[in-house]
Amino acid sequence: MPRSPGEAESAPRPPESQTMSGPPAGIEEMHATRHVRLEDLNAYYGSNHAVKDVNLSFEPGRVTAIIGPSGCGKSTMVRCVNRMHEEIPGARSDGHVLLDDVDLHASNVDVVSVRRLVGMVFQKPNPFPTMSISDNVASGLRFTGTPRGEISDRVESALEGAGLWNEVKDRLSSPGMGLSGGQQQRLCIARALAVEPDVLLMDEPCSALDPVATLKIEELIGQLKEKVTIAIVTHNMQQAGRVADTTAFMLDGELIEVGPTDKMFTTPDDDRTEQYVTGKFG
Amino acid sequence: MTTESAAASLGPALSGRRRGILDRFGDRGLYLITLAAAIGSVVILGGLTYKVIDEASSAISSYGLGFLTTSNWDPVHEQFGAAQLLYGTAVSSFGALLLATPLSIAIALFLTELAPRGTRTPIATLVELLAGIPSVILGLWGILVLGPAMQSTIEPALHSALGWIPVIGSLFGGEYGIVGLFPAIVILTIMTVPIVSSLTREIFTTVPPTAKEGALALGGTRWEMIKTVVLPYSRPGIVAAVMLGLGRAVGEAIAVSQVIGGAPGIHANLFLPAQSAAGQIAAQYLGATGPATAALAYLAVILLLLSVVFNAMARILVRAVQQRASQT
Ligand SMILES: Nc1ncnc2c1ncn2[C@@H]1O[C@H](COP(=O)(O)OP(=O)(O)OP(=O)(O)O)[C@@H](O)[C@H]1O
Ligand SMILES: [Mg+2]
Repeated sequence: MPRSPGEAESAPRPPESQTMSGPPAGIEEMHATRHVRLEDLNAYYGSNHAVKDVNLSFEPGRVTAIIGPSGCGKSTMVRCVNRMHEEIPGARSDGHVLLDDVDLHASNVDVVSVRRLVGMVFQKPNPFPTMSISDNVASGLRFTGTPRGEISDRVESALEGAGLWNEVKDRLSSPGMGLSGGQQQRLCIARALAVEPDVLLMDEPCSALDPVATLKIEELIGQLKEKVTIAIVTHNMQQAGRVADTTAFMLDGELIEVGPTDKMFTTPDDDRTEQYVTGKFG
Repeated sequence: MTTESAAASLGPALSGRRRGILDRFGDRGLYLITLAAAIGSVVILGGLTYKVIDEASSAISSYGLGFLTTSNWDPVHEQFGAAQLLYGTAVSSFGALLLATPLSIAIALFLTELAPRGTRTPIATLVELLAGIPSVILGLWGILVLGPAMQSTIEPALHSALGWIPVIGSLFGGEYGIVGLFPAIVILTIMTVPIVSSLTREIFTTVPPTAKEGALALGGTRWEMIKTVVLPYSRPGIVAAVMLGLGRAVGEAIAVSQVIGGAPGIHANLFLPAQSAAGQIAAQYLGATGPATAALAYLAVILLLLSVVFNAMARILVRAVQQRASQT
């Protein structure tokens, strides 16, 4: 498939990281190394200013949770990181999103390449409706032109990485839609992991799941944070407390406060944060 | 105020007597009028089918299934066979679908995924307007504009480009004409594209947006997103749309009879004149008598059957699609 040679394809990927050319590295070999830095990020839907001058970073090896009341711009902000925001008609953004030292919003950066480095898991599990379990996981690998011979190994490794392998190894060719909600969500995580992204964005990944499935995903996040830089949007304060090392609180499009999760939930600096985490509003 | 007294005071209001007579019997009347309309359409369809089969019965009993495989149509000697006509129908309709299907998918994809948002509705409306052109006018355009262009440029160009290929080349032989199978194929393509593309467009809009987002977020290009999500999800619906288009193409008589040449024949060369079953009925029914009328009615029975089959297949597919959509 001809693809315009993007800057991001080569630029933000130093030699020690996994490359497409080497032998299949597998999820086991991944290490979280990349910093994401949002600098003066603004996002708009037409005239609606949904994200206002946000400065925030996601550190490798640490999970960053983004909390805040409904409509405060959490989804919009994370969707700016992988440039899904610009898919919405009338939506635009300005400011910078740096992956290490490369600005993903720079005009010479290829959006498709950005999304290969920054994976995303959505609120509602969205396996490809017509595809089998293994084809779902393999689809991203096919986009990147992974040699056929490597695909089944990498599918297995991604499903292992998402903690789903043992549950589905005997029915890889049955439809992805036939799985339970929690399994579907882990399938989507496997699909995102298979292309070995540097960053994984999760937008309320558990909001459609029952408590047991939620717990599984939270455990998984704990394991994955060593492999990939993770940011998770959540409505669930307990969840943020369980999975996140750093928590960021947003209100009305602004980033109010960011800090270590413990501190954010016990002794936040800002009154509004305190009110929110103690359930006084939102 | 107690509950009981409240109920008592509501009594007259709930009896309905305060509503006007039209208001009260309106629903009943509406029911009867719509019922009559519904029954009427069933009766007309049944009566029509009965009449056609009745007209055809003498031909059906005297020619049987051999009617489908014999090819001379000779009212003078009362010899009737439909093979040439069915060949004309089959080649012109399938040819049209071969052109219309990819074209319709391309138009629908453009209008749902690729075109700038502001232009989508106007273009879709224009494409659908194409369906509103009376077929006799399309046929006239076929004779006056398309035919001469076919003869002077399009057919010679196709012949020199494709004529040398073994087997396929024989479709594009070296004789050119204003009328023939190929102009009929083109006219039928123009007539089916609006239907097939607007149905396909509707099908594309039912593709779950979350799945499309998933493909883009995974680093798929727009085309990869279309290939992994939109097309596979829409496949049964596209087949249904094509079936409905096929039903339209098979039954079209006027425009086809204007451009196909009206000379029954079975030959590989698409540039030669032929005749279709519907075209034959339209062209000959008025002047026909006795056995010829029965034979034309037999043709009509075959067409009716084909259209029932195509519609039923389309319907079954649409139901399958709807069931799947309600599951996801
Ligand atoms: N597709 C869209 N078109 C127009 N406006 C939008 C769109 N999506 C979100 N918005 C607006 O942008 C603002 C931020 O929305 P966003 O979805 O980012 O909030 P959120 O914090 O993720 O909320 P939630 O917790 O409910 O998911 C809201 O005012 C919302 O109305
Ligand atoms: Mg959201």
